[in-house]
Amino acid sequence: MSLGGYDVEVQRPGGLATEEMTLNMGPQHPSTHGVLRFIVKADGEVMREAIPDVGYLHRSIEKIAEKVGYHGFMPYTDRVDYVAAMPCNQGWGMVCEKLAGIEVPRRAEYCRVIAVELNRIASHLLSVGSMGMDIGAYTPFTHALREREYINDLLEELCGARLTFNYMRIGGVAWDLPPDWVPKAVAFLDRFEPLIDEYNALISYNKIYVERLANVAVISAAEAIDYNLVGPNLRGSGVKYDVRKDMPYSVYPEFEFDVPIGTGEVGTVGDCFDRYIVRIREMNQSCRILRQALAGVPEGPVLTKVPRKFKPPVGDAYIRLESARGDMGWYCVSDGSEYPYRVKIRTGSFTATSIIDKVSRGVMLADLIAIVASFDLVAPEIDR
Amino acid sequence: MDAAAIFERLQARFGDAVVTFDSGGEPAVRVNPSAIFQVCEYLKTDPALGFDCLSNQSGVDYPKRNDIEVVYHLYSYRVRHACVLKVSVARDNPTMPSVWRVWKTAIWQEREIFDLLGVVFEGHPDLRRILLPEDWVGHPLRKDFVEPTEYHGISTKRESML
Repeated sequence: MSLGGYDVEVQRPGGLATEEMTLNMGPQHPSTHGVLRFIVKADGEVMREAIPDVGYLHRSIEKIAEKVGYHGFMPYTDRVDYVAAMPCNQGWGMVCEKLAGIEVPRRAEYCRVIAVELNRIASHLLSVGSMGMDIGAYTPFTHALREREYINDLLEELCGARLTFNYMRIGGVAWDLPPDWVPKAVAFLDRFEPLIDEYNALISYNKIYVERLANVAVISAAEAIDYNLVGPNLRGSGVKYDVRKDMPYSVYPEFEFDVPIGTGEVGTVGDCFDRYIVRIREMNQSCRILRQALAGVPEGPVLTKVPRKFKPPVGDAYIRLESARGDMGWYCVSDGSEYPYRVKIRTGSFTATSIIDKVSRGVMLADLIAIVASFDLVAPEIDR
Repeated sequence: MDAAAIFERLQARFGDAVVTFDSGGEPAVRVNPSAIFQVCEYLKTDPALGFDCLSNQSGVDYPKRNDIEVVYHLYSYRVRHACVLKVSVARDNPTMPSVWRVWKTAIWQEREIFDLLGVVFEGHPDLRRILLPEDWVGHPLRKDFVEPTEYHGISTKRESML
């Protein structure tokens, strides 16, 4: 019989009864990328269902926002998605700026784009590297992390932190680019760009790797939209949508770049491989954006004057930006006081986790690891 | 289509008793809670509107007005436009229909609103707490929520070491 694309011979010797087994995967499991738990019902090696149980990392970040005020919330946004904290900084900045109608200086927008794109490469490197590790290839992880360290060095020079940056402010960024920093960033790109081909040669088209990912957990474009998948997970299903292109913000319209989508080159459109390869190709595009941005940083201030007692007018605002995990939504309601009335952060990992129950039915238990890795889940981003 | 044009279409279809225009803050369409499912279904299936994605669903508590507002941020990948719906439900009996049959993503997003604000979505297939433990008491994003002093014998207050 055929189960989830596999030819499985189900043997029931001597009329013995078989029964479903309930397994617990996580919350502490090396491949769950944080603290994430699945309750798996399996018939032998084949999963009947895998129900995600989330919330282990819930720190009530949205409630904290109501207590610490607008400026004070910026460091907390780093903790929403610690693998790509720059886009979270930018999201909070953008929603506050929209509420109060603040214009960000052009140089600050360039600093933001440069920081966010470097962070996007770092995040994708971690995703690509750990994906290899999760399905049994350890070496790519070390190769990817080696380059990620260079980005961490660059970002550390920029803002003093390697992970939780707290770099941006409402109305701009906290620090200007350090002297001689731009040539260092360009030197990194010169070194890094050829290495993307090396990753492809090392794993992307490795036969074992492809076999593990092709045709596994295929998600159609309609399903991806229905479950609100975003970013590389959505583009892997063949939907050409990128917030940077389709709802442009910041200075992205000034840069030339492409939006890679999954084409089903080794399997079916929307399988684990497509989600993986979109991230590899996005690193190339981020390099393109970075080269243009680094070459054209305008002169000027990096922070506009924003009162210390920041009181945006009564109202609400919703912004969307392209984080490393895709379209991130920030909703903020102001009651005119110094404290946000309500903040809601809609993250890519949250909606991606909601489809796991559906796509895991009828696939092999070992493929759950590949599925989780292909969604690039970051547990604190699910739980906030 | 902008918010005003979308509102006109909804108004022509459902009438003033069901939908009203809200221009405070971001322009939004206020929908009567009992009709939210029909309105959402129409927004999704009408070819000119084509809202195939519920991008964000959130809730805001307003004790002064004695209601909880559920906010829907919709997006159409097909037509490439966005729209905001707002629904107010009574605070003491926050019950409204679920829209999970229109967009599957609502299954989890409504669970989160139920968990943190206590809004009950009728017809939801799996309305359980999602972020907080199952035995948690109360809904923390309500403005009158008081932090418990302990959870299973673990104090939530920490003495200063200094």
